[in-house]
Amino acid sequence: MKNFDFSRLNPIIVPLIAGGLGLLVGALMLLALGANPLEAYAAMMQGAFGSTNSLANTMVKACPLLFVGVGTCIAYRCGVINIGGEGQLVIGALFATAVALTFQDAPAWFLVPAGLFAGFVGGAFWGGIAGVLKVKFNVNEVLSTIMLNSIAGFIMTFLLTGVLIDPTTADKAIKIPQTQRLPAASDLWRWVPTSFHGGILLGVVIAALIYVLLWRTTIGYRIRAVGFNPKAARYAGIAVQRYQLLAFLLSGALAGLGGAVELYGVTPHRLFSEGGTISFTSNAGFNGIVAALFGSLHPLGTIPASFLFGALLVGANSLQRTVQVPSAFVITLDGLIVVFVVASQIWAQKRSVKRVDEARASVVKAETT
Amino acid sequence: MTTIQSVELRGITKRFPGVLANDNISFDVRAGEIHALLGENGAGKSTLMKILYGLYKPDAGEILINGQPIRIKSPTDALRQGIGMVHQHFQLVPPFTVAENVALGLASSREPLTDLDVVSQRLRELSEQYGLRVDPNALVWQLAVGQQQRVEILKALYRDAALLILDEPTAVLVPQEVDELFVTLRKLTDTGHSLIFISHKLHEVMAISDRVTVLRDGRVAGTVATQDTTQKDLARMMVGRDVVTVWDKPECPSEMAVLRVEKLSALNDKGLPAVKNLSLSVCANEILGVAGVSGNGQRELAETIVGLRRATSGSVKVLNNEMTNHAPAAMIAAGVAFIPEERMTMGVIRDFTVQENAILETHADPGLADGVLLNFGKIQKHATRLVREYDVKTPTLDTPVKSLSGGNIQKLIMARELTRQPKLLIAAQPTRGVDIGASEYIHKRLIQERGRGTAILLISEDLDEVLALADRIAVMYEGEIVGIVEPNTPVDELGLMMAGATKGKSEK
Repeated sequence: MKNFDFSRLNPIIVPLIAGGLGLLVGALMLLALGANPLEAYAAMMQGAFGSTNSLANTMVKACPLLFVGVGTCIAYRCGVINIGGEGQLVIGALFATAVALTFQDAPAWFLVPAGLFAGFVGGAFWGGIAGVLKVKFNVNEVLSTIMLNSIAGFIMTFLLTGVLIDPTTADKAIKIPQTQRLPAASDLWRWVPTSFHGGILLGVVIAALIYVLLWRTTIGYRIRAVGFNPKAARYAGIAVQRYQLLAFLLSGALAGLGGAVELYGVTPHRLFSEGGTISFTSNAGFNGIVAALFGSLHPLGTIPASFLFGALLVGANSLQRTVQVPSAFVITLDGLIVVFVVASQIWAQKRSVKRVDEARASVVKAETT
Repeated sequence: MTTIQSVELRGITKRFPGVLANDNISFDVRAGEIHALLGENGAGKSTLMKILYGLYKPDAGEILINGQPIRIKSPTDALRQGIGMVHQHFQLVPPFTVAENVALGLASSREPLTDLDVVSQRLRELSEQYGLRVDPNALVWQLAVGQQQRVEILKALYRDAALLILDEPTAVLVPQEVDELFVTLRKLTDTGHSLIFISHKLHEVMAISDRVTVLRDGRVAGTVATQDTTQKDLARMMVGRDVVTVWDKPECPSEMAVLRVEKLSALNDKGLPAVKNLSLSVCANEILGVAGVSGNGQRELAETIVGLRRATSGSVKVLNNEMTNHAPAAMIAAGVAFIPEERMTMGVIRDFTVQENAILETHADPGLADGVLLNFGKIQKHATRLVREYDVKTPTLDTPVKSLSGGNIQKLIMARELTRQPKLLIAAQPTRGVDIGASEYIHKRLIQERGRGTAILLISEDLDEVLALADRIAVMYEGEIVGIVEPNTPVDELGLMMAGATKGKSEK
């Protein structure tokens, strides 16, 4: 290992440093708020990693981020952008709800795989809409996926206040937009008494599988070829639009699966909504994209990145409770870290361009001498 | 309109480092006249006009307007003197309306407010007068190229230009638009405007001009009245020798043709006809060179043959199989290899490694993949062989292609395409921008490939390359093959054909 090229660690080190800088600015803000940053961050660490329970909570929070994040990686590697994780999570969860409520008496060995598969299909369907719009009509996918998020949210609220509403509350004056508790047979395996559930392991396995798909198979080769240079891919006989659509389907499918996992794995095991907002996802559809960026848009990198973001979300809550800062600070800290990470990605990209130029110069030099 | 009775350039000389672009050129244009300035690329036409328009300062010589010597230091000066120019590449602001574009840079009649209504009104009058139909309120980006050109002309007229310099105005137009333009030009001369019409297309010069000045190598080869001359005479003046003889070696017999293109037509990216009713065929063991000034439809021809561009009519047959508008994958499967003109953007994926680029078309072949899984052992072996056999200089197989030199990238593309042992190879500008060593190497490989029995369509604007390699040379001009000649044809004659000199002849 004596000639180990340390620059290969950059994709890991750079986002970590960027995250650290985000925390540093956060510390200044804490000072301004009159709180002790050390105490605050200690509380945050304690909340995220302090006990088996908190560690499990962190991983549970990380789980939907991982599914959405890995899906984001696929889309990005194919040169398309999927900001529709939020909507795809919701539709996936709706499909999974439909399965669980339709087969209420089915055994777990049927219900769990069928429900997760339904979530997978639901997400693929929702991502596929944006994919077809892009491929057939050249509709900008950033716009379409964002709009599909809203549509999914309203569909969910509509269904939750209508056909899917919990029958026990349907007759009451105040109708809570939520389903009944899903049959216990649909619950994922859980490491009692913690909240750790089997979906987290599934997420890690899926991330590894997607890594293999993208870098070890002909399909992944084509997806990446289309992502880097659609013109050259077309020249090489690759059906560019077909792979762009595939990327949308897969990307959406993973988010949808994430929605199903969240539904089946996490208490209260029911789909719920608060007015127009999609509280069920707690923003995982967007945070997952950030986790993917944090993980250098690599499925394997997205695993620790999701974990760190999960820790941030869980830890920030206990930070807020311990040092009594406004709840807006948690969102601010989240945003700060996003800004730093995204900026560091851009910086790293520019730097790599420069390095390529230098490398080329040295190659040319070597040739001429 | 300020009246210009005559503009005269006397003894204009302009020297650039290493080149005498204009050598003692004298030229004049009178009111109501269209004076064509004809010459090959690099003959000095543009330099001369840039001097007249104040973009360059001449080393010697003078400019006289109505007999008075004047100095033109900038385009603003030129405009003040009544000289306007319509550039080949339009100088318009696409998101602005026509009226806004025209008003740009002019004082408003009611500063600080705009007077676009006044501008529009005047534009309508001008449009009416000269048959330049354009809506003053239309957005420029929504206009067709021909309409944008009208805006450019209107811009000059609005600024009271009495002399208009038109730099290759027909290059961007379809034939109908050319006819409309010519009607407008006639109306302009009827109202006393003078026009300088720059072109290298003989038939257009014959059709529109009153007098022609031919430039050759920076000098005036002659000035003649159009009615006293012929295309052939002008062609001779342009090149300085007699005109081409078309060689009538028979086309390769159809049963032997590997590629047979019949009456093929295709559009360019702007939707204008780029390949027009073109036919050619290439036999096994043969290199057919396609010579021509770039932009005459060569790129579109190559892309249409390999399935990257839709043929609007006609047919492409490979080994007697009908393959018109087949997908690129089908062409690859049929044994067609393509070295694209756009090496960096189409030929390779810059962010992929050397190894990944080596398997662009063949990554799913049984030799390189086990089912859906890539077999990296075999891929590495394959890439190692290509790099060694084709002398691609790269630090490692995992180096991204973007850090290789152009010549090495081209060798890698060549290796990848030839290793498939194609039946038909289409090589577009294979050595453009490539260093001499790699260039020679590529030539050697092409000849070897012909020896192996491949039919090669070599598209190149490098005449020396075509002459050295091709068994037959097809000259392409404005989307058509204007003639097929043997490779011992002198360069000058080919140059003439490339300017469209024998167009009339081949159409008979």
